[in-house]
Amino acid sequence: MSFRLDQLPKKRYVVPGNAACAGCGMMIGWKILGMALGEEAVLTIPASCASVVQGLSPKSGIAMPILNVPFASAAAVATGIAEAFKTLGVKGHAVVWAGDGGTADIGFATLSGAAERNSNILYIMYDNEAYMNTGIQRSSSTPRAAWTTTTPMGKRERKKDVALLMAMHGAPYVATASIAYPQDFYRKLKRAAEVEGFKFIHLHTPCPPGWRFDPAKTVEVARLAVETGAWILWEYDNGKFKLNPPSTIYADKNKRKPLKEYLKLQGRFAHLTDNDIKNLEEEIDAKWQTILALAKTFS
Amino acid sequence: MKALTAQKTALTGNYAVAYAVKAAKPHVIAAYPITPQTSIVEKLSEFVEKGELSARFVNVESEFAAMSVVYGAAMAGARAFTATSSHGLLYMYEATWWAALSRAPVVMAVVTRTIGPPWNIHVEHNDILTLRDSGWIIGMAETVQEVFDMTLQAFRIAEAALLPTAIGLDGFILSHSTEPVEVTPQDIVDKFLPPRRPDAPITLRPGEPVIFGNLPSDNRIHARHKVATVYEAQNQAKDIIKKTDEEYGKLTGRSYGGLVEWYKTGDAKYAAVCMGAWCSDAKAAVDALRRRGIPIGLMRVRFLRPFPSEEVAKLDQYEKVIVFDRDITPLGGVLGVEVRAHLTRAEVVNIVAGIAGVDFDAQGFLDAVQKAVEGQYRGVEFVI
Repeated sequence: MSFRLDQLPKKRYVVPGNAACAGCGMMIGWKILGMALGEEAVLTIPASCASVVQGLSPKSGIAMPILNVPFASAAAVATGIAEAFKTLGVKGHAVVWAGDGGTADIGFATLSGAAERNSNILYIMYDNEAYMNTGIQRSSSTPRAAWTTTTPMGKRERKKDVALLMAMHGAPYVATASIAYPQDFYRKLKRAAEVEGFKFIHLHTPCPPGWRFDPAKTVEVARLAVETGAWILWEYDNGKFKLNPPSTIYADKNKRKPLKEYLKLQGRFAHLTDNDIKNLEEEIDAKWQTILALAKTFS
Repeated sequence: MKALTAQKTALTGNYAVAYAVKAAKPHVIAAYPITPQTSIVEKLSEFVEKGELSARFVNVESEFAAMSVVYGAAMAGARAFTATSSHGLLYMYEATWWAALSRAPVVMAVVTRTIGPPWNIHVEHNDILTLRDSGWIIGMAETVQEVFDMTLQAFRIAEAALLPTAIGLDGFILSHSTEPVEVTPQDIVDKFLPPRRPDAPITLRPGEPVIFGNLPSDNRIHARHKVATVYEAQNQAKDIIKKTDEEYGKLTGRSYGGLVEWYKTGDAKYAAVCMGAWCSDAKAAVDALRRRGIPIGLMRVRFLRPFPSEEVAKLDQYEKVIVFDRDITPLGGVLGVEVRAHLTRAEVVNIVAGIAGVDFDAQGFLDAVQKAVEGQYRGVEFVI
């Protein structure tokens, strides 16, 4: 699918009155979600930044139907909506828009259940890599070494790879995406909407206050994550696993920018030594080996 | 009352729930197995697999997911059902409160069972009573026939009141006991139960922006919503329950008296109060006590929520009110505390018995009432 950004729908779904922080990466993603599925989706949102930035009722800064639900319940509630739509003959998509805590941690049981049942929902995990709504606490999706308020010396454990876990459930469509590559995310949303069954998109969304960087640099940080190989764009579509541009070229380790360029913009990594960075680079390369092996095996 | 639509079938309490749910034609069913509830959803999944019921049956990974699925379905305008017991209800607890304050008209059967530790699958009412402050309507059936009838009534009540409704049936005593049941013919059910309105409590459809449950701009909006749901809607539901029971009686020949059933209280000096399956034992005890010359009657609580305040207030005319609870709190029993709060004159004796599945039969009621009447039992008494 190819298209031009200036030909995307002009209708805005993120409107004035929303309460997002300056430079919020998640809101950039939400705009693209609106462009792709604004008229077709009903959103289920668990406790998260996304439940707060909608603005204050009875008003709203998001022009989409939204059901706010308990923290751990989103995948199951969306399943109920999807099943209701099916029996009532309603056309449309039950879409979850959830953070990493609500997905990788407290919501993981309902997520895994929905994936295993192949419930007909599109689950989008916007990943700002910590509990940002409660004030920057570690989640299982926080990367190793990152500072948070509950890992003041840096997180000791590695990041849980939720997208890979979903692919290993045998879900018909799983993809990663980044807000720095809106065309790629848009295409993946449109593709997911064509697929019957469980769809999962893992969207990388930098968070200026949580990652400690200048709010003007959200897109730059997101792009550097991809260019350094720290975030890999791929999709698993009905059994076929493939890398997506621009990550395709970063399969060659020598084409990647030094990881330091990504880390140095972020205060959460300010305490790292060169040796720490070297260890992280090795870990990233190990992840690449896994992804490349999957791409080769499921080509 | 004579049955107008007799078509008797031998059913367990759990199958009675399943047959009633089938007749109500829900759109979505989700449940997780737990003893002694399991045979309800086994039967329902069988109906769906055989094509006898065209609902979507969702096999979930937990009770929390079960309540979340039926909640989502109900918010999207579907008729939705789940069932659970004991620890299953506790595991879904957060979602039950969310459902109530969302005014989601889901129906749930709660096969009452003890809460551990230790593990114990036998009857006790503490599980369903955890819903009592949440806004849920709570009914308690006495017989397998009433289980069937109350389940059907629950759909109409829930959808008219826009409140989730739980039907309690005693674990094993009702759930696994077989009784001859008059199964209401489908054409009568269709007359009784109007189609589910797809736009209540909200219209949740693509392309129609509506936001439900985001932060309030003024906490008084939230406070008002709570009063409307937990207090006012509960009060309005009293009339809905009574009218639903009357209407059901006209169509089927079976009605139960709304929120409570009075048994031989007309000329009584003493009144016993209880709810659930053991009310049949209590009635046998009332008969035996009357033969001994003790003028006692029984008020059977059919619905604990909304609380039958007006009916309970009438108990003040009796000399002693003996309240039986199959549940325990630090203040005695739930029913005992709530009945006492409505009375100013009558002496209330609260007997907590039959908890943790301990047998308590008609003889137990008889002995306990006798002791209460003679003044040996006062305040709160525990019969183990």
